Amino acid sequence: MTDKLSQSADKVLDHYTLFRQPEYAAMFEKKKTEFEYGHSDEEVARVSEWTKSEDYKAKNFAREAVVINPTKACQPIGAMFAAQGFEGTLPFVHGSQGCVAYYRTHLTRHFKEPNSAVSSSMTEDAAVFGGLNNMIDGLANAYALYKPKMIAVMTTCMAEVIGDDLQGFIANAKNKDSVPADFPVPYAHTPAFVGSHIVGYDNMIKGILTNFWGTSENFDTPKTEQINLIPGFDGFAVGNNRELKRIAGEFGVKLQILSDVSDNFDTPMDGEYRMYDGGTTIEETKEALHAKATLSMQEYNTTQTLQFCKEKGQQVAKFNYPMGVTATDELLLKLAELSGKPVPASLKLERGRLVDAIADSHTHMHGKRFAVYGDPDFCLGMTRFLLELGAEPVHILSTSGSKKWEKQVQKALDGSPFGASGAAHGGKDLWHLRSLIFTDKVDYIIGNSYGKYLERDTKIPLIRLTYPIFDRHHHHRYPTWGYQGALNVLVRILDRIFEDIDANTNIVGKTDYSFDLIR
Amino acid sequence: MSLSENTTVDVKNLVNEVLEAYPEKSRKRRAKHLNVLEAEAKDCGVKSNVKSIPGVMTIRGCAYAGSKGVVWGPIKDMIHISHGPVGCGYYSWSGRRNYYIGDTGVDSWGTMHFTSDFQEKDIVFGGDKKLHKVIEEINELFPLVNGISIQSECPIGLIGDDIEAVARAKSAEIGKPVIPVRCEGFRGVSQSLGHHIANDAIRDWVFEKTEPKAGFVSTPYDVTIIGDYNIGGDAWSSRILLEEIGLRVIAQWSGDGTLAELENTPKAKVNLIHCYRSMNYIARHMEEKFNIPWMEYNFFGPSQIAESLRKIAALFDDKIKENAEKVIARYQPMVDAVIAKYKPRLNGKKVMIYVGGLRPRHVVDAYHDLGMEIIGTGYEFAHNDDYQRTPHYVKEGTLIYDDVTAFELEKFVEAMRPDLVASGIKEKYVFQKMGLPFRQMHSWDYSGPYHGYDGFAIFARDMDLAINNPVWGVMKAPF
Repeated sequence: MTDKLSQSADKVLDHYTLFRQPEYAAMFEKKKTEFEYGHSDEEVARVSEWTKSEDYKAKNFAREAVVINPTKACQPIGAMFAAQGFEGTLPFVHGSQGCVAYYRTHLTRHFKEPNSAVSSSMTEDAAVFGGLNNMIDGLANAYALYKPKMIAVMTTCMAEVIGDDLQGFIANAKNKDSVPADFPVPYAHTPAFVGSHIVGYDNMIKGILTNFWGTSENFDTPKTEQINLIPGFDGFAVGNNRELKRIAGEFGVKLQILSDVSDNFDTPMDGEYRMYDGGTTIEETKEALHAKATLSMQEYNTTQTLQFCKEKGQQVAKFNYPMGVTATDELLLKLAELSGKPVPASLKLERGRLVDAIADSHTHMHGKRFAVYGDPDFCLGMTRFLLELGAEPVHILSTSGSKKWEKQVQKALDGSPFGASGAAHGGKDLWHLRSLIFTDKVDYIIGNSYGKYLERDTKIPLIRLTYPIFDRHHHHRYPTWGYQGALNVLVRILDRIFEDIDANTNIVGKTDYSFDLIR
Repeated sequence: MSLSENTTVDVKNLVNEVLEAYPEKSRKRRAKHLNVLEAEAKDCGVKSNVKSIPGVMTIRGCAYAGSKGVVWGPIKDMIHISHGPVGCGYYSWSGRRNYYIGDTGVDSWGTMHFTSDFQEKDIVFGGDKKLHKVIEEINELFPLVNGISIQSECPIGLIGDDIEAVARAKSAEIGKPVIPVRCEGFRGVSQSLGHHIANDAIRDWVFEKTEPKAGFVSTPYDVTIIGDYNIGGDAWSSRILLEEIGLRVIAQWSGDGTLAELENTPKAKVNLIHCYRSMNYIARHMEEKFNIPWMEYNFFGPSQIAESLRKIAALFDDKIKENAEKVIARYQPMVDAVIAKYKPRLNGKKVMIYVGGLRPRHVVDAYHDLGMEIIGTGYEFAHNDDYQRTPHYVKEGTLIYDDVTAFELEKFVEAMRPDLVASGIKEKYVFQKMGLPFRQMHSWDYSGPYHGYDGFAIFARDMDLAINNPVWGVMKAPF
C-alpha cells in the first residue's frame, strides 16, 4: 500500500478510470484467483472462440425454446405508447404493478422525458378473487388525482391469465361512480404471451377507435377529405410525427395523426411540469371516423386496426416504416392520389436535394455490408433504403418477424442486385445475430442500444436507428421519415463510416497515410 | 435545527392539503404513510410494507424485480432465466449497472437477457416441458455456466407449473445447481418480498444442496459483503477498504458475485451488511444456522465510513483496529480536500430523497458531510424496522413519505422547493422540468461508485454538477 491515492479532489476519477488504477487491478486479480472458482483463462478463451464458429452457429440455430436477447418487448408497453399519443390520456394498466414501473422506465430512458401511467396494483388476493375492486378503486383514484381527459385501460399477463373482463369491470366501475358515465375509458386486452409490443399498439389503437367509432360495420359512413395516419410504435416519433405534419402542411392535405406522442414526449423545460401535452384530441379522434382513408406507417403495428377502418368504409394503405427516396415517393404519391392534389414543388425540391446528397456520398455506401435488426417494419424500411444507397443488407433479423415478413424482405432483396447476399431471419434473436455476424462478416450493424454488446464482441460498428436508444441522446428528436428524415439517416450512417475509417487509419507512421483530410 | 425554523412551509398542513385530492377511502389509507418527524421519535410514525393503492402511480416494482433484478441478476457466473412472457426480462435487461468482470456470453452473463418467451400454448398447457428444453439448450450453448436460476414471472404461479420438480430433475441431469425462485410479480406488495424469496431460495437451494468449495482455507479475518449490488462499482470501492484494514472478503452478495462465493459464505467469521432491507434475511439465517454474526455498516460519506470501519475493526484484533485507524488517516487528506472544494458550493442546500432499500437513511450523512440538509425522505418498500433506523439520521421536522405517489411527491416538492431532488429515473424528468436539480440515487445517474472514500469524491462532484449547472439559469425566457 503506497500513500499516494488515485482519487483526488482536483481530478475526481469515476468508474471510467478509477477501476483501471493499479490497486483495483490487483484487487480484481486477487478476487478472481482466490474466491471466484471460475474456469481457467485457457478454457474461457477456447469456449469464446468456439462461440464464433460455424459449429456453434448450427447449435445456436437449432434452439427451440430459449430466447436470448430478443428484439421485442411485450404487448402492454406498445399499448401504453399508443394511448399516450392521445390528448390528456392516462394509461391504466390492469394487473401487477411492477410491469408499469418497467414500461415507464423503459420509455423514459429512451425519450429522456417523464412518462405517466398507473397500475391497478393487483396482488395475491386479486389473483384469487379477480381484480374488479382494483379497477373500481383504481379508476376513482386515477381520475381524482391526475385529472385525465381519457383513461385507456390495458392488461398485464397476470390479469389475462386469471381472465379479468375489462368491458364488464369498466362498466361496473362506472356504476360505482369511479368515473362519470360519459367519461371515455377505452380498453384493450394485451396479453404479454401473444405477439409483442407492436401487437399491443395495434390492440390499443383499435380499442380507442372502437370506443369512439362503435363496433358495428358501416361501409356507408359519410366521408370528408381528411386522411388519417397511424404512425405505429416508433422511437423517432417526436421527429417523425412533426415531419409528417410538416409534409401535410406543404401538401395542403388535412392529415390527422391518430396517436401523436410528439409533444407529450418532448415537453419544454421552462419551470412547469406538463403531465400531458399535445396528442390527438378526443374530438379529432371522433371526427377521424369520417376520414376518407387511413394510412399506416407500419403494417405490422396496425393489422387489426386497418381492418377495422376498412369496416368503417375507409380506404386504407399500409407502409413499412418508409425511409429513403422511393419509400417517401410512395407515401407522397399515395397522399396525392387520395387527396387529388399534386405533390407540391417544395417537396420535389427536397427530394432533389436528398438525391443530390446520396450522389455526393455514394462512393462510401456502395457495397458496404450491413446487418439490420429491429421491429419488422423498421427492418423492411431500412433494408429498402440501404439497397437504394447501393449498400448490401446481409442479415435482416426481427424476433417479431413472421414467415410473411421474411417473404416481404426477400422480395425487397430480390428487387436489387445489392440484395443478392441478403437473408431475412424472422423469430430469431440477437444471440442468433451474433453467430451470423461471426460466420458471415458485415461492415456495420444497424439497430438499437442493445446492439452495443454485438459491437463489443464482433468489433463491427453499430449505428443506432431504432428504439430503444438509451446510451445516445436526442436522436429521437430528428426525423427518419420523409426526404429530410432520409437525409438524417444517411448522415448518421456516413458519420459512422467516416469515424470508422479514421479510427482504422490513425497509427502514426503505420497506417496514417490514409488518414485523409478530404473524403 | 428543525425544519420549521428554516422554511416558511407548514409541512403538516401541506400533507393535509395534498391528501385533500384523494377520494375519501384512499385519503384515509394514504394519511397513514405520511408524517412529519417528531423530536425523540422511535420511528417515523408511518405505516409501511402494505399494498399500494390502485391507480395512484406508485413508484414500486414487483417481486420479480426484487429477485431477478436485485438479488440474483448480478450473480455473474450463473444464467438467470426470466421464466414466462418476454417483457419482464426485456425491461430489466442491463437496467441496473451491476458491474462485473468477465467474458460476457462465455463465462459471465450479467448483461444478457434469457427468457422462455411464453406463448399462449405455454399458458394453456403449462411451461414445464419448455423449461426442461430451455435449461438443456442453455447448458449446451453455455457450457461454462456454473448454475442456473429460474426467475418466475406472474403466470408461473397462476398456471400451476412445478418448476421445483424441473429444477431437481435438470440439476441432477446437468450436474449443476438449478434454482427455482417463486418471485411472481403479484406476490407481496413491492420488490421487497422478491428480495426475501430470493434470499430463501439461496438458503434452500444453495446452502442446503451445495457445500463450500473443497480446499477453501479459512482465516480469522474472513468477512463477506452482503447487500451491495456493485452499481457503478460500489462493492469494489467498499471491498478495497476492507482489504486495506486487513480483512479478507470471501464473498460479494451479489454484485460481481459468483455461485462459489455464495457457497463459501458459511465459512465467514462475520457477515457485513450494507443493504439491510434486501438481505437481512440470509444474514439472520446464517446467524441461526451457522452461528455467524452480522453487522450493518454504512459506506456513504466519510463520517459514516470512519464510524463503520471502526465498528467493523472492533470485531477483530488490535492489528485490524490499528489498520482501521491508519486507513482512516490515510484517506483523511483526500476527504478534507473534497470537502474544502465542494462544501462551499453545497452548504445549506436542501435535499428531498425518495428511493428504496437502505438509501433513504444511509446517504443522509454523506449529504451532511457536504453541509447539505435533508428536508424530506421516504422509502419505496421499507418495513417498520427501516423506519425505526431512520430517526438516527434525520432531524425533527423532516417530512417522511412511505410508498409516495407521483402526485404526492410532485406536490411536496413544488411546495417545499428543495435545491436537489434525489430519486429515480421515473421521477427525474418531472422535477427537472420544474427547474429543480436532480440526481438519480438508484443508478447514481450512470456515475459512481458512491460507496467508500473513492466514491465520496464522486458523490460530492456529482451533487455539485447537478446543483451548480448553468442550465438552471437559462430556464426562464427573457421574453
